Amino acid sequence: MKDMKAVVEKAEKDTISEADLMTGADIMIKALKEQGVDTIFGYPGGAVLPLYDALFQQNDIKHILVRHEQAALHAAEGYARSTGKVGVALVTSGPGATNAVTGLTDAMMDSIPVVCICGQVPSFLIGTDAFQEADTTGITRHCTKHNYLVKDVSRLAEMTHRAFHIARTGRPGPVVIDLPKDVQFASGTYTTAQDVEYRSYRPHLEADDHAIAKLVEILAQAKKPVFYTGGGIINAGDRASELLTKFISDTNIPITSTLMGLGAFPANKSQWLGMLGMHGTYEANLAMHDCDVLVCIGARFDDRVTGNVSGFSPNSFKIHIDVDPSSINKNIEVDLGIVADATSALEKISAAWTKQKAKLNDPAMQLWWQQIDKWRQVNCLEYTNSDSVIKPQYALERLQAHLGARDDVYITTEVGQHQMWAAQFIPFNRPNRWMTSGGLGTMGYGLPAAIGAQIAHPDALVIDIAGEASIQMNIQELSTAAQYRLPVKVFILNNQWMGMVRQWQELLHGERYSQSYSEALPDFVKLADAYGGLGIVVDHPDQLDDAITQMIESDKFTILDVRVDPKENCFPMIPSGKNHNEMILSADAKQFDKKLV
Amino acid sequence: MNSTPVNRNVMAKKSVYGAAPETTPEAAHTLSILVDNTPGVLAKIVGLFSGRGYNIESLTVAETDHDQNLSRITIIAKGTQRIIDQIISQLDKQVPVHNVIDLTILGPHVARELALIKVSGQGEKRVEAMRTAEIFRAKVVDTTIDSLTFEATGTPEKIDALVEMMQPLGLSQISRTGIAALPRGNDKI
Ligand SMILES: Cc1cc2nc3c(=O)[nH]c(=O)nc-3n(C[C@H](O)[C@H](O)[C@H](O)COP(=O)(O)OP(=O)(O)OC[C@H]3O[C@@H](n4cnc5c(N)ncnc54)[C@H](O)[C@@H]3O)c2cc1C
Ligand SMILES: Cc1ncc(C[n+]2csc(CCOP(=O)(O)OP(=O)(O)O)c2C)c(N)n1
Repeated sequence: MKDMKAVVEKAEKDTISEADLMTGADIMIKALKEQGVDTIFGYPGGAVLPLYDALFQQNDIKHILVRHEQAALHAAEGYARSTGKVGVALVTSGPGATNAVTGLTDAMMDSIPVVCICGQVPSFLIGTDAFQEADTTGITRHCTKHNYLVKDVSRLAEMTHRAFHIARTGRPGPVVIDLPKDVQFASGTYTTAQDVEYRSYRPHLEADDHAIAKLVEILAQAKKPVFYTGGGIINAGDRASELLTKFISDTNIPITSTLMGLGAFPANKSQWLGMLGMHGTYEANLAMHDCDVLVCIGARFDDRVTGNVSGFSPNSFKIHIDVDPSSINKNIEVDLGIVADATSALEKISAAWTKQKAKLNDPAMQLWWQQIDKWRQVNCLEYTNSDSVIKPQYALERLQAHLGARDDVYITTEVGQHQMWAAQFIPFNRPNRWMTSGGLGTMGYGLPAAIGAQIAHPDALVIDIAGEASIQMNIQELSTAAQYRLPVKVFILNNQWMGMVRQWQELLHGERYSQSYSEALPDFVKLADAYGGLGIVVDHPDQLDDAITQMIESDKFTILDVRVDPKENCFPMIPSGKNHNEMILSADAKQFDKKLV
Repeated sequence: MNSTPVNRNVMAKKSVYGAAPETTPEAAHTLSILVDNTPGVLAKIVGLFSGRGYNIESLTVAETDHDQNLSRITIIAKGTQRIIDQIISQLDKQVPVHNVIDLTILGPHVARELALIKVSGQGEKRVEAMRTAEIFRAKVVDTTIDSLTFEATGTPEKIDALVEMMQPLGLSQISRTGIAALPRGNDKI
C-alpha cells in the first residue's frame, strides 16, 4: 500500500508543470495571504531581499517599516493583542534576528501569538560564520513556542501554515521561521493550509465533564469563593469574556484578575475587586488570602501574584483551569486541575451550574460581601493630592476623566511605577484594550505596541502610558509613527527617576539610590517636534486638563510630558516573598520597617 | 512496581553520567519520549532540562522508525514527584513530542544498558577480571597483553555492580550507552 502511494506521489511530483512552480519568496507571500495576514512589521536586509522584492510587487499585505527589529516584534504583539489575530514580523539574518530576541521572549512570556520570519544566510553557507550569520534557531529555541529552519522550498508553505497554527492555538506564543536566502530564490510548489497534518501537536481544549461537575459541586458549597482570572481569558477570545461576565454576574461571585487579564471582566461591575498581586488592591489580595474556594482560569500563579507561596491563600480549595498542562501545579499545588481552553471550560461550567441546579448559600455570601466591603472601605488606592505638584495618580485620574466611557481607547504601557498606576487607575471594561509587558517586564514595549494597535485600529485613541526612562528604550519609533501618520499618544509620567527602581532602593536598600536617577533627560517637546509630532509639557495640576484635551484632539503623534512628583511611591505593595495579608498601604508607608529585608 | 527502579545510591556514587548532589529526597524516573526526528529536537529537550534546572542522569536517543521519522529518547531524570510531573508536561507540550511515558510510574518495564569496560593489568588480576566478567555474562571484545575490554549489557544496577567489582582489578576506562527501556508485555506507547 505504502509503496503504491509513494509511486503515485512520485509520478504526480514528476508531472508538476512549470506553471505550478513559484519562488520561495512568492510562496511565502501566498501563504501569508492564505493565513489572512494584512500587515507585517519589519526591517529589510541582505538575507531577506528576495522577500522584500516579492512584497514590493503586491498590494494585499501592508509592510510597516519600524526603526529597530525589537520594535517590529512589540508592534506585532500590540497588533495581535488588540485584534486577537496573529502578529507578523519580518527581519533579516544576524543582527536583525538577534535584535528580535527580546520581542520574541516578551511574546513567549505573555503568550502572545506572533510569527517572526527571519532571513538566513544561504543554506550552503550555514555553519561557516558567513557574513551576518547567526544561529537563529539555536538562539531562539527557548524563547519561542517553536521554530523552523526551512531548507526545502517545497516545504515552505507547509511550514508557514504550521507556524501560524502553532502560534495561535493552545497556549499562544511566538514562532520563528528561519528562511535561508537561497530558499527564497529557489522554485517549488505550494501547499494549502488544509493539506497540513498535525501528528504530534494537538492541544487539549475540551474540558472534562466530570471535572466540571466536581467544580460546580464544590463551588456551590463555598462560603467565601473567589475567581482569579488572567491573560488566558483574553487569549481564549471574546466569547470567554462574555461567558465569564455572565456567570459572575449571575452568581455574584467576587472576581479579581492579574495584570495580563485586565478587561476580560468589566471593571464597572460590582463583583470586580480590582487587580491582585504585588501592586493589587487590598480587597483583591485579602479575598485571595481568606477565600475558601479559589477558581483560577487562564492565569499562571506568577510570583508577583502569589507572594510567598507557602502563605498563599492558605485555607482554600484550589481549582485551576489552564490550556497548558505545565501551568498546573507548577508554582502552587492545586486540588483540582483541569486542562482546557477557557471558552470550553466556561461554557461547560455555565451549563453544569444550571443543570445541577447549583446555588450558593445566600447568608454566607452576604457575610462574605460584607467582609469584602469592609476591605473596600480601606480605600487602598487613596493618595494625598497636592495643589502645586502633579501626583502621578492624579494625572491618570484626569486622563481617565477625559476618556470617560469612550469605547475606542487602547492603552499600552512601558514598565515601572507608571505601569502599575495605569493598571490601578484606568478601568477596562472590554478585553484586548490593555497591552502591557507583564512576564518579561520589557521597558520599551509601550510605544511600538501602541503603533501596532494604532495600525490595527486607525481611528481609535491609542495611548502609551510611559515613564521617562522606559520611553527612551524605543524612542526611535516616533519616526515610524511619523511616517505612517499614526496619531499615537505618549503620556509620560515624568518623575525623573527610574521610579520603580528608586522605590525599591528607598524601601529595601537603605535609600541608596544607585544609578536610578534619570540624568540628562531630553526636552521631550523638542524631541516630538524634531520627529514631526506635537510635544506638550505640564508641571502644574491646573494645566493638566487643557493639555490632555490637546493631546486627545491632536491628529499627529503627541508626547505629553507630565512632570510629576519625583518621590511618589506605588502602593499598595506586597514586598517580594511576603504574604497577601502583609501588604503595605500608602498610609502606613512611613511606618514601613526599612530594615525588613 | 516489580520493575527495577534505579538504585540511586550506587548511581550517585559511581555513575559516570554525573549524578547531581542530593538535597531533598528524590526518585529517579525513566521517561520514554517519542519524538519527530527533526533537527534541533534533541537540543530542545536537553535545553529544557538545563534551562529549568532539572537533572538528567542518563540519556539515550536513536531513530526507531525510519518511515515515520520517529525517534525514541529515553531519559532518567531525578526529582520529587512534583518536579517529575512538571518535567513531563513541559516535555509533552513541545511541538515535535508525540508522547511522554513515565515508565517508573507505569510499572513493569525492561531497561537495559550496554557498557564497554576496560581493565588494565596482568597476572592474577587479569584472570580474576575474566572470572568476574563471566559471572556478569560480559564478553571480551578486545584484548592486548596488558588490557581487556568487556562488553556487558543489563540493568543499570547490574552494570554498576560490575563496575564496582572491576574497580580493584585495574579498571581503567568505561563507556556506557545510557538506558534503553520499554514497558513490558503488549503495551504500546
Ligand atoms: C513591574 C511589574 C509589576 C507587576 N505586578 C503585578 C501585580 O501586582 N499583579 C499581577 O497580577 N501581575 C503583576 N505583574 C505581571 C506578572 O509579572 C505576570 O506577567 C502576570 O501576573 C501573569 O499574568 P497571568 O497569570 O494572567 O498569565 P499570562 O502570562 O497571561 O498567561 C496566561 C495563562 O493562561 C493560560 N492560557 C492561555 N491561553 C488559554 C486559553 N485559551 N484557555 C485557558 N488558559 C489559557 C496559559 O497557559 C497561562 O498559564 C507585574 C509585572 C511587572 C513588570
Ligand atoms: C529592558 C529593561 N531593563 C531594565 C528593567 C528594570 N526596570 C524595571 S522598572 C525600571 C524603571 C523604569 O523607569 P521609568 O520608565 O521612568 O518608569 P517609572 O518607574 O519611573 O514610572 C527599570 C530600570 C526593565 N524592566 N526592562
